[in-house]
Amino acid sequence: MSQIQDMKKEYSKMVEELSPKSNLLRDSARAFWVGGLICAIGQLITNIIKSFGYNHDEASMLTTIILVFLGIILTGLDIYDSLGKYAGAGTVVPITGFANSIVSPAIEYKKEGYVFGVGAKMFTIAGPVLVYGTIASVAVGIVHYFFK
Amino acid sequence: MAKYLGRQTIKFDLPPSIVSTASTVGPKEGKGPLSSYFDVVLHDPLWGEDSWEKAESKIVKKTIERVIQKGNLTPEDIDYIFAGDLLNQLTASTFGIRGLSIPFFGLFGACSTMAEAISLGAMAIDGGFANYIVAEASSHFCSSEKQFRFPLELGTQRPLTASWTVTGSGAVVLGKYGPSPYVSYVTSGKIVDLGVKDPMNMGAAMAPAAADTIIAHFEDTGFTPNDYDLIITGDLGSIGKELTLQLLRKNNYDIENIYTDCGIEIFDPVSQDTHAGGSGCGCCAVTLAGYLYKEMKNNKWNRILFVPTGALMSPGSIQQGESIPGIAHAVVIENNWS
Repeated sequence: MSQIQDMKKEYSKMVEELSPKSNLLRDSARAFWVGGLICAIGQLITNIIKSFGYNHDEASMLTTIILVFLGIILTGLDIYDSLGKYAGAGTVVPITGFANSIVSPAIEYKKEGYVFGVGAKMFTIAGPVLVYGTIASVAVGIVHYFFK
Repeated sequence: MAKYLGRQTIKFDLPPSIVSTASTVGPKEGKGPLSSYFDVVLHDPLWGEDSWEKAESKIVKKTIERVIQKGNLTPEDIDYIFAGDLLNQLTASTFGIRGLSIPFFGLFGACSTMAEAISLGAMAIDGGFANYIVAEASSHFCSSEKQFRFPLELGTQRPLTASWTVTGSGAVVLGKYGPSPYVSYVTSGKIVDLGVKDPMNMGAAMAPAAADTIIAHFEDTGFTPNDYDLIITGDLGSIGKELTLQLLRKNNYDIENIYTDCGIEIFDPVSQDTHAGGSGCGCCAVTLAGYLYKEMKNNKWNRILFVPTGALMSPGSIQQGESIPGIAHAVVIENNWS
């Protein structure tokens, strides 16, 4: 038995040595500038909306809606996946990435129908984010309530 | 009757002939290094259908029809089809084959399916149960991504160890009598699992199975690497290939000079961005039906060991933290036999 364990361990070392690693510095730089650019566009949109006399909360909400819309459009136009391939977390973390994670399965599963396809599969990727995001915000809210 | 050699190998008395081959590939494969060897290159991965699954079934159907026609045969001449694919419950194969009225055995060997189909088909012929059989395997990049990975439009990065599922189908007709090349030996693989859990590094998961089957083949038959012009594994890709070489060297077999991998041959990793290489049941099926068969006809090689490898996991087994079992089946194909 231990012989097999030893073989597995030895093999896992061989695999580790031969498997190419992604370039962390280059990937981080790409994520930084693309993610930063998306945030800068968001800020620009907020500023423009504010210049029309909306207050900060209203402008933030409208910006979110516009960015989600842009994420959806770019996904539908087959552009967001290429952006994501280049920028990684830079396009996943902003809200446009959230939109992409909902729309891409919706497109993929359209053939399975609107109920068990689009409706059921839409949240396969974003679902866990929503569940644990909600739980985390409740936890933070409780901590905030007692220690403010 | 065919002879058992050792534990895993069969030598055929009257090696079945590869009567004809046919291959259909997607646009990306059609831009790869083996492009000129394929019969049909699609310009549209949907091929006029409205889903990836239907497109794959159409590829299966058309390829099987073509291979029968190229052998100057009719569907009535074919005693059995042995075929498989990657989709749940083998629907790509069954939906493609359902209109053909030919007895059918559905096989799942993941990417090793083509060798499994040829092995069983050759056994049926040499055992006297069939005169002609079709062996076929298919995969489709888009239907596989949908089933095993992420939606196509999701903005993700593929690790450098990942492989690219080939869109295509390769089929062969094996006949009791016919021209060269012939299927003379098969070595059936055992399931081998050295604990790799990363589905984005399937070459690493399958390499131990490839090495195990190649060693079993040499031990059972007494052949050495010198008896072959080419040893070509299924779709291990570049990392799996290196691992296989290392595992074989540890067992004192050096095949480096005559060894390559279907996953490496089918794409150009630099210009086509395929990372470790091609994979999927279709990968070694189209490589055999196109490249290997045609170059054997040209006598570039006269004796090859064809060793497709499969990763026997499901999306569910990966989520449950199971490691990935591998399998590899070896088939000897040669122009002259004695």
